[in-house]
Amino acid sequence: MSIRLGGIIAGLAITLVVVFWSLAPGAYNFAFGPPAEKQPSYAFYEHGEGPANGFSFDGAFGKWDYAQLQRGYQVYKEVCSGCHSLKFVAFRNLQELGYSEAEIDAEAASWTVPGIDPATGETTTRSGSPTDYFPMPFPNAIAAAAANNNAIPPDLSLMTKARHDGSNYVYSLLTGYGEADPELAAKVGFETPDGLYFNKHFPNVNIAMAPPLVVDDQVTYADGTSATVPQMSTDVAAFLTWTAEPSLVQRKQTGWFVIGFLLFATVLAFLSYKQIWAGLKQKKG
Amino acid sequence: MSFAWAKQYEPKSAFTQWLDEKLPFPRLVYNAIGAGYPVPRNLNYMWNFGVLAGFCLMIQIVTGVVLAMHYAANAQVAFGTVEHIMRNVNYGWMMRYAHANGASFFFIVIYMHIFRGLFYSSYKAPREMIWLLGVVIFLLMMATAFMGYVLPWGQMSFWGAQVITGLFSAIPLVGEPLQVWLLGGFAPDNAALNRFFSLHFLMPFVIAGVVILHIWALHIPGSSNPTGVEVKQESDTVPFHPYYTSKDGFGLGVFLILFTAMVFFLPNALGHPDNYIEANPLSTPAHIVPEWYFWPFYAILRAFTGDLSIPFTGIVLIPAKLLGVIGMFGSILLWFILPWLDKSPVRSGHYRPLFRKFFWFGLIPTMIALFICGGAPAEEPYVIISQIATAYYFLHFLVVLPIIGQIEVPKPLPFSITEGVLGKDKAAEAPRKGTVDSGDAGNLPDGSLQPAE
Repeated sequence: MSIRLGGIIAGLAITLVVVFWSLAPGAYNFAFGPPAEKQPSYAFYEHGEGPANGFSFDGAFGKWDYAQLQRGYQVYKEVCSGCHSLKFVAFRNLQELGYSEAEIDAEAASWTVPGIDPATGETTTRSGSPTDYFPMPFPNAIAAAAANNNAIPPDLSLMTKARHDGSNYVYSLLTGYGEADPELAAKVGFETPDGLYFNKHFPNVNIAMAPPLVVDDQVTYADGTSATVPQMSTDVAAFLTWTAEPSLVQRKQTGWFVIGFLLFATVLAFLSYKQIWAGLKQKKG
Repeated sequence: MSFAWAKQYEPKSAFTQWLDEKLPFPRLVYNAIGAGYPVPRNLNYMWNFGVLAGFCLMIQIVTGVVLAMHYAANAQVAFGTVEHIMRNVNYGWMMRYAHANGASFFFIVIYMHIFRGLFYSSYKAPREMIWLLGVVIFLLMMATAFMGYVLPWGQMSFWGAQVITGLFSAIPLVGEPLQVWLLGGFAPDNAALNRFFSLHFLMPFVIAGVVILHIWALHIPGSSNPTGVEVKQESDTVPFHPYYTSKDGFGLGVFLILFTAMVFFLPNALGHPDNYIEANPLSTPAHIVPEWYFWPFYAILRAFTGDLSIPFTGIVLIPAKLLGVIGMFGSILLWFILPWLDKSPVRSGHYRPLFRKFFWFGLIPTMIALFICGGAPAEEPYVIISQIATAYYFLHFLVVLPIIGQIEVPKPLPFSITEGVLGKDKAAEAPRKGTVDSGDAGNLPDGSLQPAE
C-alpha cells in the first residue's frame, strides 16, 4: 500500500486550520454568543408588491400600453422631473410611445435645455429639439444635494433595472408612504428622523424623498383617466420601465421567433440523430 | 494519432487534392472532428459539453467583438456607452444580453464538463495533460469573466474590482504595492478599466489557443467513455462524423433553446441590479457579491475568519485574509495534482461503489452548500456552513480520494466497450483464456483492466 502521505498531510493541515481557527470559534459563537446582527438594509431588501392587476408588459407575451406610457410620461414631466434627471433618454425616443413627429417637435420645444449663444459663445438656454436628451434639473451634484436635504435625487433612466423587481418596487415606493409603523421602525432600530419620511417599502424605511404623489388629480390626464395616486404610480412605473428597457417588448417578440425556429431545428436534429444511430446496435441482449 | 482502423481522408476533387498537398487543412478537420476521428460508441450526453463549451467561446468572441466596436473603456463614458449599445445600436441589446448571459452559460457548460471529468475520472492516465490544460482554461475563464464584469462600470463592477484586486493586498510584504500596480492607482479608475478592457479582449484568444492544445492532447489517447475501459478494437468506436456530430447537434439545439430563453425573457435574472447604477467610489453597496459562477470560491474565501496564530501569545502567523486567499486559490490549484491524488486504477464512478457514495453525498452537497453560502451575506448560519463545507472540500480531494483509491473494491468492469454496450463481445472469449488470471491485467498501462481480485 502506497498511500500518498504528502497530499493527505496537506489536506489534514488545511482542514485543521479551518476547523481550529475559524470553525471552532465560529461554532462556539454560534451556539453561545450573542445573536447575530441582521443588516437592516438587507432584511428589507426592496420588497415591492406592485399594482393589483400587474403591468401590461408583464409575462412572456407582455405588450406596452401606449396610453399608459404617455400618462406616465406626463407624471414624470409634471412631478418627477423637478428633481430627477432622465439623462439616457432623448426626446426623439418618445416616438416609441406613439407620438407623431410633429408632437415630438412640440414636446421637445416645451423643455428648456442648456445651449450656447451662437453670437457670443456664452452658455445660455434654448428650447429643446428632438435630438436633445432630457435636461438635468440641477446644474451639478452639489446643487442637487443642497436643494434636497443632502440627498442627491438619482437619475431615473435605469431605475426599474437598478432595483430588485424594479417596476413593482417603483410602484410600491410611490404608494408606500404613510404613518410610521413602530414595528418596522423597531426592526431597523431607529425612529424616522426630521427631514426623512417613513416609507414601508424603502430598504431602511426612512427615505429622503418627500411623498411626490400625495393627492388624487395632482396631474390632469389628457386622456381623461382618473388620476388617483395608485393610477399615477402605476403609470409612472410603467413609463420608467420603458425608459430602462425600451426594447422590452421587441425583445420578447424576437424571443418567440428565435425559440420557435430553434425548436423546429432541434426536432430535425433529433430525428437525424436517431436515423444515423439506427443502424448501430446499442441495446444489451 | 489515431486508431489503426480510423478512416483516411481522401480528397475527391482536383482542388482538394491540390490543397491537401499544399496545406492539408481539410485533412486536419477531418481527423479532428470528422469521420477520421474514431470515438467510443457509448458516450452519453455528459460528453456533449466539450463541444458546447467550444461553441460558447465562439458566441462570446463574436458578440464581444461587436460590442467592442461600440464601447469605450473610459471611466467617464463607459457606463454611457453600454447604454448607447442598449438603446441606439441596432440589436445592441441582443448582443449585450447574449454576451452577458453567454458568460453565465459558458460557466454552466464548463461546470458540467468538469463534473463529468470528476465523476468519470477523465483526468487519469493517459489523459492527465487534457485535464491540466482544462484547469488552465478554467483559470483563464475566471480572469476573463471577472475583467469583463468590470467593463460596464456599474456599482458591482467597481466594487467587485476593488474586492478582487484587494485579495492581492493580502500577500505579505509586496501585497499593497502589488494591488496598486495591478490597478494602476490606489483605487479602480480609468487606468484599471482600460487595462481590464485590453486584457478582456486578449484573453479569449489565449483561451482559444489553449483550447486547441486541449483538443490536440485529447486526440492522442482519444476520448474517454462512461465505462472507463479503453478502446480495444474497431467495434468499440464509431466515427465522430456523422455519429457524434448529429448527437452533439441535437444537444446544441437544446442548449440554444435554454440560452435564448434566458437572453430574450430573463436577461437580467443572473445579473445584479446594482450594476445598473453607475460606479460611485463614495457609495458602497450594502451587499457586494460576485457573479453567481464565483460563489463557491467566494464562500471558501470568506470561510477563513480566524487568524492563524500561536495560541495565548497573540503572534499572528498568517492573517485570516491571507488564509482565505490561499484557500480560495488552493481550492482550484488543487485540481492540478488531482491525477496523482486519485490513484484508483478504475476510472468510471459507475464501477466504484465507495467513490460514488463520497461523490454524491460528500462532494456534490458540499459544492451546493458553498454555492449558496457564497451568494448569501456574511451572516450566520452561512458562515458556519461554508466553514464546514470548505473543510470537507479539502478533505475530499486530499484525504478521501487517495484513501478510497486504496481500500475500495471496484465492481467488475466489462471486457470492452462493445461488451458494455451489447452485453457480449466475441473478442472477449479468445484472449481471455490465457491471460485473464495472470494478474498482469491490473497493471496494463492503459488502465483498462479488470481490477485485481
